[in-house]
Amino acid sequence: MVLVLVSVLLMIADHRVHYLESVRASLATIVYPVQFVVDAPVSMSNWLGDNLTTRATLQEENQRLRAEETVLKAQLQRYISLEMENMRLRRLLDSTTQLGDRLQVAELLAIDLDPFTRQVLINKGLQHDIYVGQPVLDADGIFGQVIHTTPLNSVVMLVTDPGHALPVHVNRNGLRAIAAGTGNNQKLELLYIPNNADIKAGDLLLTSGLGGTFPAGYPVGIVTEVTPDSTQAYATVYAEPKALLDQSREVMLLWTDKTLPPLGGEKLDAKLSAKAGAAAPASNAPAAAAPAPAVVLPAPIDIRNLPPGEVE
Amino acid sequence: MMPYTTRTGTGAVVASFGIAIVLTILPLPEWLRYLRPEWVTLMVIFWSLAVPGRINVGTGWLMGLVIDILYGTLIGQHALALAVVSFITARLHQQIRIYPMWQQALSVFTLVALNQLLVVWVKGIVGQPPKTWFYWVPSLTSALIWPWIYIFMREVQRRYKVMDERTGT
Repeated sequence: MVLVLVSVLLMIADHRVHYLESVRASLATIVYPVQFVVDAPVSMSNWLGDNLTTRATLQEENQRLRAEETVLKAQLQRYISLEMENMRLRRLLDSTTQLGDRLQVAELLAIDLDPFTRQVLINKGLQHDIYVGQPVLDADGIFGQVIHTTPLNSVVMLVTDPGHALPVHVNRNGLRAIAAGTGNNQKLELLYIPNNADIKAGDLLLTSGLGGTFPAGYPVGIVTEVTPDSTQAYATVYAEPKALLDQSREVMLLWTDKTLPPLGGEKLDAKLSAKAGAAAPASNAPAAAAPAPAVVLPAPIDIRNLPPGEVE
Repeated sequence: MMPYTTRTGTGAVVASFGIAIVLTILPLPEWLRYLRPEWVTLMVIFWSLAVPGRINVGTGWLMGLVIDILYGTLIGQHALALAVVSFITARLHQQIRIYPMWQQALSVFTLVALNQLLVVWVKGIVGQPPKTWFYWVPSLTSALIWPWIYIFMREVQRRYKVMDERTGT
C-alpha cells in the first residue's frame, strides 16, 4: 500500500513539476545495458552491411552523392544570397530574424517503446547538449521533439504522437493552424480550421514558429483531405507528415539561435557582418560558399541550414 | 538434499526478468507490435505465484519502474499497476496454482488486463489515452502464451532450485 502511495506521488511529481527529469536520467543508466543489448544486433547488421558493400556499389553511390552535392551546393549559393537579402529586408522592417541554425545528426536506436505512443529513442543525450523540447528533423521535414534526455540518449516524441501538437501555417496563404498527432504515422489532424477557410488538399504546411519550440519555416506536412462539415464549427482536415516517420534511421537535432549553447555568443550584428564578409568572395569562388568555418564547432556537424522556402 | 536457502536461484530470477525486459523492447514489425505479450507482467505473475515469499509487491513495483524508465512513460504508472498485480497474485497464489491450465490462463488474462486498465487510467488522467481497442490485445496474447511460459518457467524454477521458505515449493 505504501508502494501504491509512492507510485501515485511519483506520478504527480513527474506530471506536475518535472523534478524527476534528473532522477529519470540517473535511473536510465541502469537500463542502458539492456538497450544496448537489444540494439546491438541491428547496429551490428548495419555495420556489417556498411562494411561489406562491394566496390562497385560504393563507386556508384559515391558518384550519385557527388552529383547530389553539386546540385545542393548550387542551390545553396542561391539560398545564401536570398538569405542575405531576406535578412537585409527584415532589418529594414526591424523584425527578428532566424538564421544559422546548428544541426547534429543522431541515429534511432532499434528499440520499441510503448506502441500506443509515437516515440523513439535516439543515440544522443545530455552529453551532446540535447535539451528537452529540442526540435528534431529528418531530411524531409519536422520529425518531432525531444521529451526526455538522459546522458547518452533521448526520447523523441514524433509529430504524430496523440499527445503532440505544433503550430503550422499554410505555405500558400499563411493560414495558421495547429497540427495534432493522431497516433497514426501517416496522419496529422489540423484543429480549429473554420469551414470556410482557404485550405485544400495538396497545400504545404510549414512550421509557423509561434509556439517557440520549432523554428519557423520548416515543412511539416501536406494536406490530404479537407471535409467541411456544416453541422460543426470546424472542418475536418488531415495532413500527411513530410518526414518519413517510419523509415528514417537518421534524424537531425536542431539548435536555433535562441537555444544555441556554446555557439550563441555572437549577436545578430556580428553574424551579419561575418556573413557579409563571407558572402562577398563567395561570388567569385562559388565552392567556398559553404558555412563560415569560424562558427563550426569541433564535435557536432554545423550546417548552414537551407531555408526550406519552396520544397521541390 | 542440500539445504536450500531463500537465496538459491536468485540469478535465475534476475535473468528471467532481464530476458523479459529485452523482449519488451525488442523491435518488431509494426503489425506484430500490438500482439506483443506483456512479458514483464507475465514474469511478475509467475514468480509471485511460484515464490510469493520472495517475489511480491516490491519486485513488481521495481520492475514497473524499470518499464517506466524504458518506455519514457510517466514514472510510477507501470510501477503502480505491477505492484497491484503482484500483490493480488501473491495473495491468491494458493488458489491460482491448483487451477487447471486454462483456468490459470484466464486468471492471467484478468491480471494482465487489470495491469493494462490501471495504466490506461493513469494515461486517461494525464490526458493521452490510446484510442484503439488494439490496446487490449496484449492481455489476450499474454493469456494465450501463459501455458508455455508456465511449463518452461516451472522447469527453470526446478533446475535452479528457486525456493521460498514460506511455501516450500
